[in-house]
Amino acid sequence: MAGIVTYGAYVPYNRLSRSAFGGRGERAVSSYDENSVSMAVEAGREAIRGAGPIDDVCFVTTTPGYAEKLDAATICAALDLPSAVRGHDLGGSGRAGLTSLLLANDMAQAGRRPLVCVSEVMVGAPGGLREAMAGDGAAAFTFGPGSEASAEILGSGSATEEFMDVWRAPAEPFASQWEERFGVQILVPLMIGAFERALAEAGVRAEKLTRVIVDSANPRAARGFAAGAGIPGDLLADDLGANVGRAGTAQVGLALANALDRAEPGDTIAVVTGIDGADAMVLEVTDAIARHRPERSVERWVEAKRNDLEYNTYLKWRGVLPFEKPRRPDPKRPAGPPSRRAERWKFAFVGSRCAKCGTANLPPQRVCVQCDSIDETEPEPFADATATIATYTHDHLAYSLQPPVVMAMLDFEAGGRFPCQLTDVDPEQLRLGDRVEMTFRCLHTAEGIHNYFWKARPQR
Amino acid sequence: MPSHGIRDRVAIIGMGCTSFGEHWDQSIGDLALTASQEALGSAGLDLDAIDAFWLGSAGTLASGLLLAEPLKIRYKPVTHVENFCATGSEALRNAAYAVASGAYDIAMALGVEKLKDSGYSGLFDLNPTTDGTELEMTPPAAFSMIVPAYAEKYGVSEDTLKDVLSHIAYKNHANGAKNPKAQFRREVPLERIRSSPTIAGKLGLFDCSGVSDGAAAAILCRAEDAHRYCSDPVVLKGVGFVVGPAEGTKKPDYDFTTFPEVVASAEDAYRQAGITNPREEICVAEVHDCFTPTELVLMEDLGFSERGRAWKDCLDGRFRLDGNQPVNSDGGLKSFGHPIGASGLRMMYEIWLQLRGEAGPRQIADPKIGLTHNLGGLPGNCVSCVSVVGKAA
Repeated sequence: MAGIVTYGAYVPYNRLSRSAFGGRGERAVSSYDENSVSMAVEAGREAIRGAGPIDDVCFVTTTPGYAEKLDAATICAALDLPSAVRGHDLGGSGRAGLTSLLLANDMAQAGRRPLVCVSEVMVGAPGGLREAMAGDGAAAFTFGPGSEASAEILGSGSATEEFMDVWRAPAEPFASQWEERFGVQILVPLMIGAFERALAEAGVRAEKLTRVIVDSANPRAARGFAAGAGIPGDLLADDLGANVGRAGTAQVGLALANALDRAEPGDTIAVVTGIDGADAMVLEVTDAIARHRPERSVERWVEAKRNDLEYNTYLKWRGVLPFEKPRRPDPKRPAGPPSRRAERWKFAFVGSRCAKCGTANLPPQRVCVQCDSIDETEPEPFADATATIATYTHDHLAYSLQPPVVMAMLDFEAGGRFPCQLTDVDPEQLRLGDRVEMTFRCLHTAEGIHNYFWKARPQR
Repeated sequence: MPSHGIRDRVAIIGMGCTSFGEHWDQSIGDLALTASQEALGSAGLDLDAIDAFWLGSAGTLASGLLLAEPLKIRYKPVTHVENFCATGSEALRNAAYAVASGAYDIAMALGVEKLKDSGYSGLFDLNPTTDGTELEMTPPAAFSMIVPAYAEKYGVSEDTLKDVLSHIAYKNHANGAKNPKAQFRREVPLERIRSSPTIAGKLGLFDCSGVSDGAAAAILCRAEDAHRYCSDPVVLKGVGFVVGPAEGTKKPDYDFTTFPEVVASAEDAYRQAGITNPREEICVAEVHDCFTPTELVLMEDLGFSERGRAWKDCLDGRFRLDGNQPVNSDGGLKSFGHPIGASGLRMMYEIWLQLRGEAGPRQIADPKIGLTHNLGGLPGNCVSCVSVVGKAA
């Protein structure tokens, strides 16, 4: 037996009110400096606190950073994991959100300890239902032996069928969907079948379930399953549709993290999806849940937000709407060799501390900024360190998709100063002495290369 | 002993400066030719008389060919130097030391920059390949950090400080209005300065120097030879140049109300020149007013004002053309414009004119000692050059 040991979630700060589309509620929107990889890192940071060693990193998305190049390697670097880790990029279908968890469980049964990061930037064609009802977000889970699990996987069931429901060709920006009623009559029976097989394998009767998480790219199928399988409404988990939106491959992960946030030891949870077939998983929450919950619950991420994003700004961020560029040079692509030389600084925000005088050096220095001793500094991670704002300014001249750029001198509580761009910040709300924390971002993309580095944000 | 200096050993015997501004019709070579011809003319020399050249130009990735080709300098040493916005002063300093060493009899320092061909607003860096983690802060944003820091440290309200900054811009525009070579030659009403569109922090458009094209040049020889070429030479009394270790952005004790690099370079220059009371002894100064808060802090770092008192001196008019210690009589970077590599030499050009009584409507009564201050980089992270010059004995 194996299962989920630790987990974490991430919901971006910005929300787009559905009033822009004449709807209700709001959807979560990853910022202009985020992508599926950076959000996976944020969720992964939550999940790996208190987790044991990691053998595999599985990155799961249908909106990857690169079509060719391992995004999992970026995540490994950002999480400062050792290079002996095996990296996997998975996706191809929203279905991978749950099949990746089942795969990770199989890995754990084989003695490995995988980290799964599911993450999605959901972009729908302007004016469509997917644009309005989808949302962006990420979740991450580590898996290990049943003896350590917070939630043991008791059983699973799956089905695979070839039919057209949701599809997107490689170069197309937006997904398409066949008439929903066509998919429903295929998906619902498959979902019920997978659900029943999972329950049978788990040896759990449906009445014993305390929570059921249902997801499908076809909303009618999700409703049809609940009705067809006789799942009472109060058993159905919150799909976070009201204020996050359906987050593609990350949807099941976010909903599961939210359920685990609230679960008691002994609770039994079923997860059922109907995308390009069907999958089901049955879990039992253990006593270990109490010590493996992440620092930040899904609810906390959802509540920390800003929802005055304008629709046309959102479209610019997603590259849907062309716009007038500032009269400033285009951002440059980061170069391979220097990025490699600075890998732990650039990707993991590892600074250094002088072994002689104890001064923190950011970025890492060979000659200590305080006592001038040479090559006496030791690497020290600052990604989880908090800082206060010594001084700051609003830069209206610098290139940004969310002007003004807010630049601040950060004085870290652990020592050290670093001038840093702030993100997810309301410039008018900022005060000297405010506390900030670090967040992994994609500063810009140039010539097809994502420039990943860290920014600071007000504590969330 | 930081440096021995070359007090009274090197003289400037000729200078030239183009007008600064948007010279759409002139190339970098055209600008260099104009400035060099004016300098040669004022010294009564031909190009052949110059033994060695120092070319200051920032960000052009140039070699000496940038100067040799348009001027047709034939088989002479031409050295390209670059030190951010202090590039012009760096060219002058190296040419002066070359002459003082005896290696050459006559040297030319020439600074030139063509910023307006890029099509961009403001300055931009030409950093080669990097890891993408470097600071992406524009100069106005970096210098705007002075404002809240100064306000807090000295208990001046940010509103009062905004007034002070507007007065500095007003003064420099008023001086530039009297200067036919300045980029901006109009007085600007205080209220218009104060309410100009925000660029960064508390800085508006009129708190920022002009982005421009231009060139300036100086011809130098050993002081004892100066009178062979020039009836009214100017001699170098002291040149202090320092580069900081860029630790203001790494150590929490830096507070953004001073430039330690300026303090160190001024101390060195004053010691070389024998200046003990800069507030009284420096008659006229050209300082690096890239942004108005820079000029404010410089008044303290250069010893023209006591710590925490420069804002008052600015409001009291001490640094106006008719004040006790005129600063940026030619309009400064603010209204003369800031073609990076040329600015340090443009500053010296104004002091040259002032000491020789050739500054026209800007002329200050009988100045004895002048100063130029040229800064490159950002607060906490910069290079600084201070030069003290006087009339030849």
